[in-house]
Amino acid sequence: MNIATDAPAAAVSGSELAHESAPLHVSGEALYVDDVPLPSGTLHAALALSRIAHGRIRTMDLRAVRAAPGVVAVATVADVPGENNYGPVLKDDPIFTDDLVQYAGQPMFAVAATSHHAARRAAALAQIEYEPLPAILNVRSALAAGSFVLPSQSLRRGDPRAMLPRARHRLRGSLTIGGQDHFYLEGQIAAALPQENGAMLVLSSTQHPTEVQHLVAHALGRRAHDVTVRCRRMGGGFGGKESQPALFACAAAILAAKTGRPVKLRADRDDDMLATGKRHDFVADYEVGFEADGRITALVMMLASRCGYSADLSGPVNDRALTHADNAYFLEHVEIVSHRCKTHTVSNTAFRGFGGPQGMMAIEAVIDDIARRLERDPLDVRRANFYGVTERNVTHYGMTIEDNILHRIADRLEASSRYRERRREIEEHNATGPVVRRGIAFTPVKFGISFNAPQFNQAGALVHVYTDGSVLLNHGGTEMGQGLYTKVAQVVADELGVPLAAVRVSAADTSKVPNTSATAASSGSDLNGKAAQAAARTIRERLTAYACDKYRLAPEAVRFEGGRVVLGDAVTEFATLAREAYMARIQLSATGYYRTPKIHFDRATFTGRPFFYFAYGAAVSEVAVDTLTGESRVTRVDILHDVGRSLNQALDRGQVEGGFLQGAGWLTSEELWWNENGELKTHSPSTYKIPTAYDWPAEAHVELLENSPNREDTVFRSKAVGEPPLMLAISVFHAIRDALAGCGKTGTAPALSAPATPESILRAIAGLRSAGTAGPDSAGGGA
Amino acid sequence: MSGACDSIRFVLDGRVVEARDAAPTTTLLQYLRETLGRTGTKEGCAEGDCGACTVILGELDGERIAYRPVNSCIRFLPTVDGKSVITVESLRGPDGSLHPVQRAMLDYHASQCGFCTPGFVMSLFGLYLDAPRPRRAEVIGALSGNLCRCTGYRPIIDAGCCMADYPEPLAWSRRDAQSGERRALLDSLRRGAALALATEPGYHAPMSLDELARLYEAAPHSLLLAGGTDVGLWVTKQLRELPPLIYLGEVAELKRVREADGIIGIGAAVALTDAFAAIVARYPMLAELAERFGSPPIRNSGTLCGNLANGSPIGDVMPVLIALGASVLLRRGGATREMALDEFYAGYRKTALAPGELVAEARIPVPRPGRLVASYKVGKRFDQDISAVCGGYAIELRGGTIASARIAYGGMAAVPQRARRTEAALAGRPWSEATMASAAEALALDFRPITDMRAGNGYRLQVAGNLLRRFYLEHRDPEAPSRIGVFARTAA
Repeated sequence: MNIATDAPAAAVSGSELAHESAPLHVSGEALYVDDVPLPSGTLHAALALSRIAHGRIRTMDLRAVRAAPGVVAVATVADVPGENNYGPVLKDDPIFTDDLVQYAGQPMFAVAATSHHAARRAAALAQIEYEPLPAILNVRSALAAGSFVLPSQSLRRGDPRAMLPRARHRLRGSLTIGGQDHFYLEGQIAAALPQENGAMLVLSSTQHPTEVQHLVAHALGRRAHDVTVRCRRMGGGFGGKESQPALFACAAAILAAKTGRPVKLRADRDDDMLATGKRHDFVADYEVGFEADGRITALVMMLASRCGYSADLSGPVNDRALTHADNAYFLEHVEIVSHRCKTHTVSNTAFRGFGGPQGMMAIEAVIDDIARRLERDPLDVRRANFYGVTERNVTHYGMTIEDNILHRIADRLEASSRYRERRREIEEHNATGPVVRRGIAFTPVKFGISFNAPQFNQAGALVHVYTDGSVLLNHGGTEMGQGLYTKVAQVVADELGVPLAAVRVSAADTSKVPNTSATAASSGSDLNGKAAQAAARTIRERLTAYACDKYRLAPEAVRFEGGRVVLGDAVTEFATLAREAYMARIQLSATGYYRTPKIHFDRATFTGRPFFYFAYGAAVSEVAVDTLTGESRVTRVDILHDVGRSLNQALDRGQVEGGFLQGAGWLTSEELWWNENGELKTHSPSTYKIPTAYDWPAEAHVELLENSPNREDTVFRSKAVGEPPLMLAISVFHAIRDALAGCGKTGTAPALSAPATPESILRAIAGLRSAGTAGPDSAGGGA
Repeated sequence: MSGACDSIRFVLDGRVVEARDAAPTTTLLQYLRETLGRTGTKEGCAEGDCGACTVILGELDGERIAYRPVNSCIRFLPTVDGKSVITVESLRGPDGSLHPVQRAMLDYHASQCGFCTPGFVMSLFGLYLDAPRPRRAEVIGALSGNLCRCTGYRPIIDAGCCMADYPEPLAWSRRDAQSGERRALLDSLRRGAALALATEPGYHAPMSLDELARLYEAAPHSLLLAGGTDVGLWVTKQLRELPPLIYLGEVAELKRVREADGIIGIGAAVALTDAFAAIVARYPMLAELAERFGSPPIRNSGTLCGNLANGSPIGDVMPVLIALGASVLLRRGGATREMALDEFYAGYRKTALAPGELVAEARIPVPRPGRLVASYKVGKRFDQDISAVCGGYAIELRGGTIASARIAYGGMAAVPQRARRTEAALAGRPWSEATMASAAEALALDFRPITDMRAGNGYRLQVAGNLLRRFYLEHRDPEAPSRIGVFARTAA
């Protein structure tokens, strides 16, 4: 197979074209759900959220709510015509609580009023008496109580318990990894518009229109064909609009069905942050055996995550943590157990990386601990453990890695970032005992591409060519800013040989392309690009067959390029051929379908090939840390990231840079904080701090790996890019650890918990400096 | 007063918009989106922390029009009376062409999901009008009130750095922004009498201090409104019903900054932007505090005196002003009194203000030779964060000895408060690291901070002490970076 030449020449794909909506973004003309003009008489809804973490509702008096100015209707569990559930996997997420409250912030009822403000004010007027029950609020308490939302999953290869005592060195460690709020700038929103004969049209800001469709239908007691869900664009998703939008869509639809009027439910930012799930926080406990060069010979690890009160997507999230607890490293003898803890907090959900980042954080901590113990450069220990290309290349879940380019990436980045020289400079700086210490770290990324569950790896598309040569594209993917609609349009433009301007993209719509998967798992372009390509190809082939027939040409003599069609020695406009084909009764509309080949997974043995391929990357971050306050700052980052053959370098670079900073926020300033009653107190941007422009490193060198087409047959040999770059930010966390390492005695690793807030950093420094106190990292014994 | 049929008038796209029956607590954002159908301006948080709602307000300032970004989500509509409002929809040229700011954002691929983009465009547009060729640090500063979750900011910063390279636009060039036509239109909105609205809960915008003092004394249950950067949240977040509003922003005497008799006087209607400009001109070491206070749109709306009168325990100007020995001038009816700022706070969000009494001016002593001054803010994020701990320091040295020390902290108690035991532990002692270390121990006697989402009590105490050490190190060796802000700047 010659993968350098088997892809067709792409004229549009591969160009640095602007996002299809960019002119609308910058002019304020892009319409989000809240901007769509709705019929007069539209009502505005608000959710009423519980105040306690766990308890029974003794009485709920809604008289004041109903009597409040502007209120038209109230919906409680009694008003749900069908199923009171928005859970995507298990039916354990009530739209409205019955009598059991399971987290502070849980929706209890919804109000529809004549204005947004009136609905919110009314929702606050309920008189509720609770009978509090004991609440489990964190992972450790849940582990102690044996409180789980799903059965634990374990995975073992080799015989790590036998190998541990035989290792030259051993250590034990522990890491706490915080959660993360998505903080999409556009909050959750849905508008439900009753249609004739019981149908419902829902405008939803969702990554998963099909799931919203089904859950709304179930809630209304209707069938799927009664509900149409449409989403033109989201103001950010990041996984937070995979399963969560159904709550808002269901509540709006229930009120719309009840009143017969359109209902818009736009969550206020605080309500959004209180009521919706976040990235799972994790704890990882591990014991590792290793050789003098740092090579791991045995690893036993426990991963436990806070799932919240219900399962939501916690099963697959934790599975991905398991399959990514190797990151880039070959673990010959390994045992990992994954606990899915049930707590009385919001149900955690998908978030860019989907458990992968937490698994990778755990193994990177293991590696760094080993390096500190051995007093070796952590990069050397990382490289000693890298997967091999032809040997040491089978993952702990039995997948042979066929596309390993880590060594190439590491070589190039190590050189281009001047990692070794800078490490020396930093050591010299730190040797003077400054207040502001510096640190540097290199971390790799290997991320599996495909949904873990094989059935989601399919997609459909619908392409129309009109008789004026214009093209309308529709597919099952959703646009949340990542540029999916631009990329898929590029692919279709190339397939039909027309300029990008000839292709109009249209909103994801369950009545156009049905049974779609979530736009998630970085798979949007891989799946929808291929499906749309197939649809466009069908039309092109029909046109070619027509032209061959009419002009007596061989198929090779017909070429579609630049908006024209070459017909042997003649050339005609694409529009002309389309018109002629219509007159000849050739169908100019086609569907396309794609399913990912090669993948399979056996859940019973937890082995198989869950991923079509891997995306790779690496980053070197340098930080400065103020040892008086614990404040830190990334001063430089060097990134080399693999996107295969890029469909659009501008968009891919945007994903890499944005993913990196979002990951850096997760690991530094973004702290979710619950009080002892289980109330989340960081529920708005005044208390929850995502990075600002100042936090982009003053010096940044971001490169996409060139001449690296995907080994597998993806669309134009590109690679997925949505999630993998987030994990480049693990280098920031490790650069901070590096800066702190010299604060204590040599051979000791900082016990730094994530996020590395100023407080977390000062705590780690204090731990290092308190002589005689053994940190968790120094507990294990050497051989 | 003009009576109940008075209306709010402002300029939008060269025309006067007249808002007749809007409630005074209607936000500018609500009015733009819901009444005018201009949905380009977005709501991201409704508390002035994300910047998706950023618009520009233009206001006559002598011969010029001053243009400044503000958060429309917490800005009450009547406060834009007499001003010009520029939204993202205003920027396209008469031929439909994009403004250079928009063009640069497009060319640098600076939008992804696009929801925050109108806010960024407007913040950059404010900078475009202000700075002919902005430096990178200025761009970053101008964007500190805008959150983007998609891009990592790099392309937005690049767009801001390059927007000046584009050809001058037909509309909204720097020159066009100051056109006679625009000034004449604003001039035509000048009022002869105060704006008064009868719609609930009622609104008065007196134009003189006497009128204001009289109104407030007569109706002490009213709520004084200046920038509204806190009061706005009482409506959008706490869903409170407000009492009648009295707006300070039209009172000419309160919009003044003066310096006389060793005092910098900051009037109650002076925006934080202008207040900080006056303070930093005399106290350059407070530049970082000024930059890190809120964000440009917040500083353009909010006032220094509002921050003082609001009495939040985590207001960032109080510690250093208390340390400097600042005072407030209070006015009630015809009577005035002056009170030291450190005596002004009576308890959590309680002040010494009597009913009907208002803060008319903040009075800050000018620098004194031999007195070292600093203020340090510590939070989870460098820009636009509420501090976990904020310290203000004014220490006078004589020879190698500390002659006097005034130290105050925010975030350590229910009010911004002096650290009197710590001050006592410093006074008369040698100026040394050991002195600072032993004084830091006295902090535990001065404060019993709480644990909340911003920080734990132990961290607060530890950092409050470490900041004393920073104060010493920074003055002992000004060349050695002792904080991230300075370090990052020298490293970059």
